[in-house]
Amino acid sequence: MPSTIILDIGFMAMLVVVAIAIVRLRSLFAIVMLQGVYSLVSAMWFVSLDAVDVAFTEAAVGAGVSTVLMLAAMLLADRESLPVPMSRQIGPLIIVVLIGLAMFYALGDMPAYGDPHSPANSYVGMDYIGRTADDIHIPNVVTAVLASYRGYDTFGEAVVVFSAGLGVLLLLGLNGNAGKWRAKPNGVRISKAAAPAARRRPLPKDAVRKGDAS
Amino acid sequence: MTPHVILRVVSKFLIPLIAMFAFYVQFHGDYGPGGGFQAGVILAASVILYALIFGLDAAKKAIPPSWVRIGMSLGVLLYGGTGVATWFLGGEFLNYSVFTPDHPSHGQHYGILAVELGVLLAVASVMVAIFYAFGSRQPDLTDEDW
Repeated sequence: MPSTIILDIGFMAMLVVVAIAIVRLRSLFAIVMLQGVYSLVSAMWFVSLDAVDVAFTEAAVGAGVSTVLMLAAMLLADRESLPVPMSRQIGPLIIVVLIGLAMFYALGDMPAYGDPHSPANSYVGMDYIGRTADDIHIPNVVTAVLASYRGYDTFGEAVVVFSAGLGVLLLLGLNGNAGKWRAKPNGVRISKAAAPAARRRPLPKDAVRKGDAS
Repeated sequence: MTPHVILRVVSKFLIPLIAMFAFYVQFHGDYGPGGGFQAGVILAASVILYALIFGLDAAKKAIPPSWVRIGMSLGVLLYGGTGVATWFLGGEFLNYSVFTPDHPSHGQHYGILAVELGVLLAVASVMVAIFYAFGSRQPDLTDEDW
């Protein structure tokens, strides 16, 4: 058995363990940190699968920025999540089990890892790999596909990122001042002068620092 | 936040390196893994690290929110503008070969450079903007919260 398969199985086992820990935990701080761990482990797994560009993005976005953004969002909310009663967990469990079974059913039709005749490795993919050296003269085929052959798609992605930022800025404001506008339809003021979430909500006494890692 | 001497010293040393690594990823994207998106996120991470250690106000002095707002639109405009420029030069949208008709591959280099720069600007600005937006809405962390 090649050693990379052992590595892959190890990484996947770690992902499952981290995922179970995330589901079981109540402390949002620990959950955010474990999500960063999950991203980092999956980045390492992508490296072992030779998808270096994807691994790079996963490590930078998943483990770096999104952890910080989740922390910043968490500080606006409570530090611990409320326990969910068992009766509300049955529906999601059924959906997860059904989708998992469907995926296992579909597994038989998947091409083997690294199969040279799989759809991803033939047709248009091979075409790009063969033509990049002549058309664009750069060694990294991923960059050539992203920026040139599939420039439309990347433009769409840039616009998606821009719209996400625009949406957040419209909702929250760059300086936290999104709520500071005033409108007087029919002489009635409908807005407040201060952003509502500027003050922290007091926690119940017994909820503080239970299992909190800080 | 005076008590965190180790954090401040280490991050002062690391932040320039992180920013430099972002530009390495950006301009080495043609040869190795990486590109505008990853570079933008890494650049934003350096700003966010600065804000986490030295406070949001200091970060806003270094990178003013107005730059961030301009940066995110400028990035998308640079990408779209490259496409419009290829139109005016008689090619299809985002067909960079028309920049240098004698050497189509050189034009591809210039085009990829321009659009990757646009992606870098847009992604870095949006990440910093989202962090500013969330970070500005909560009171400063007291030492007990660390």
